[in-house]
Amino acid sequence: MVNCPWSQHTNMQYTINWLAANQQTIYIVILMIFVGIEVIGRVPSVLHTPLMSGANAIHGVVVVGAIIVMGQADPDNIFALLLGFVAVVLGTLNVVGGFMVTDRMLEMFKGKRQKK
Amino acid sequence: MDSLLIIVYIISSVSFIIGLKMLAHPETARQGNWVAAGGMGLAILGTIFLYQNEQGAFLHNKVWIFAGLLVGGAIGTVSAKKVQMTAMPEMVSLFNGMGGACAALISIAEFNHFASTDFTFQIHEAYQNADSIDEATLVLPVRMGIMVTVLIGLIIGSVSFAGSIIAWGKLNGKIPDKVFKGQHIVNLVILGLIVVLGATLLYNIYAQFVVSSGDIGTLSAVNLFNKIRIRLPLSVFVLFYIILLLALAYGVMFVLPIGGADMPVVISLLNSFTGVAAACGGFLYENNAMMTGGILVGAAGTLLTIMMCKAMNRSLKNVLIGAFGGSTVAAASGAEEQGSFKEISLADAAVVLGYANKVMIVPGYGLAVAQAQHACHELEKLLVERGVDVKYAIHPVAGRMPGHMNVLLAESDVAYEKLEEMEVANEAFPTTDVVLILGANDVVNPAAKTDPASPIYGMPILDVELAKTVIVNKRSMKPGYAGIENDLFFRPKTSMLFGDAKKVLQDLIAEIKNI
Repeated sequence: MVNCPWSQHTNMQYTINWLAANQQTIYIVILMIFVGIEVIGRVPSVLHTPLMSGANAIHGVVVVGAIIVMGQADPDNIFALLLGFVAVVLGTLNVVGGFMVTDRMLEMFKGKRQKK
Repeated sequence: MDSLLIIVYIISSVSFIIGLKMLAHPETARQGNWVAAGGMGLAILGTIFLYQNEQGAFLHNKVWIFAGLLVGGAIGTVSAKKVQMTAMPEMVSLFNGMGGACAALISIAEFNHFASTDFTFQIHEAYQNADSIDEATLVLPVRMGIMVTVLIGLIIGSVSFAGSIIAWGKLNGKIPDKVFKGQHIVNLVILGLIVVLGATLLYNIYAQFVVSSGDIGTLSAVNLFNKIRIRLPLSVFVLFYIILLLALAYGVMFVLPIGGADMPVVISLLNSFTGVAAACGGFLYENNAMMTGGILVGAAGTLLTIMMCKAMNRSLKNVLIGAFGGSTVAAASGAEEQGSFKEISLADAAVVLGYANKVMIVPGYGLAVAQAQHACHELEKLLVERGVDVKYAIHPVAGRMPGHMNVLLAESDVAYEKLEEMEVANEAFPTTDVVLILGANDVVNPAAKTDPASPIYGMPILDVELAKTVIVNKRSMKPGYAGIENDLFFRPKTSMLFGDAKKVLQDLIAEIKNI
């Protein structure tokens, strides 16, 4: 990814090099798109809401990024610390709240099934 | 990176996939949720204790991190436990907004980190032992890919945050639908501005790193460094924060004109946006757990959005651009069709229900608002004891979210087999004696079939008119959430039973017990 802008590489070569350097990432992206689509293929409409809520909690993985920001912030840089702290709080809200709400939704399905 | 952390991330990624797959099946959904949550916990703990940056340093500020986790976890737990069943869709939207905001904040932090770097010093460090530098091998820390990722994360995260907050406000009725002429053009202009300013920003950064080839040649390292002075100009910072503001504005403008009834689709779409924003963070830190989780939700969320649209027989484009904005049109067409409606007394309704052979209950949002699901189940049990065949007809988008009614009725122990999906219910209506509509409106509006001018035209509805009698419980004659008049209420077969759903149902139960 790090490249000098005035090298003799043409743009085409630059693009090809970039693709080569990031091929692992590109594979992950492509495969994950297919997995995402495949996994929720034939979901009954009953589960649309809990599924949306569960997926909502999963993208809370963004909190990992917030933790890294926080953990690398200069302890003297109040702005960076504050930014990271708020990001960690919000990300955790997304994760914890997301999984909890999903569980509460699904709890109702389960309660009914046990009684049968 | 620590090899143990790599394994942790692999386990997390797999648990996200398996969790999501299990969530898509009724029997395994609840465990699936916990599988994904377990993977998440693992990823979070692994990152805190095992993450090392390129220089091999572990994370510091652990007190801050745990404080943040504690605060977020406590607020998340309390709000998720306290929220009413009816308010869950709002809650999902709010949590989604938090994720979007988190992604945007990461981008802001990374931008500031990047912009405050002393690039000249970095080059100097890298070549301090070199006598001369070959032009072809000189590497400048441009990191264009990172800046692009930061920008995309910022834009998508902010749009998702602002949009989710508006969607939240709309669902709990705090924010009304707002449409003005040419709103779509304004939105397009904002979007165009974001793209143009983003490109300008990237170019401004790039321009700082361009050193004319004459400057290099065979200069010695010391001389070279004297020639290269890389400082990011103020314009880069200004542009960055203008883009942030524009992205927030776009999120607001994007959701504002869309009607409350379409909010589930919008939330689902914003959900997948946040997934993409999270994936951007994954590219940034070359973090595979973030990447897989983010892309997974991005893809699954997009598909889910399309499936929700299909359930309403509308295209995503129609929802986003067509909007329910035509409230004035709907009101006008409703006014001319308005006729007279007839009311039915509680006693009469009790008799009609008590002596029917087959009753179909059509629940809607009104039932959820009144918290009348338990009373509804009571009525069902009472009628079944009298030998009446009682079923529920569930429209896929009844309530504020798909599946809303199923969850609500399941809460009051209504048997799963009693719930009929729309297609099955529509086949059963011709043999049904009484249809009891509880707080549903748009999903039984015949305008969806007959009136091409109606905003809901084309949406499949429950054909309650095929039944012999229709009893509609509503609080008043006010139009439903989508703001559309319902012709059904004026049809000869239809009788109105006004009142709060819970009160009416309890009174009905008392009346039926008396006959």
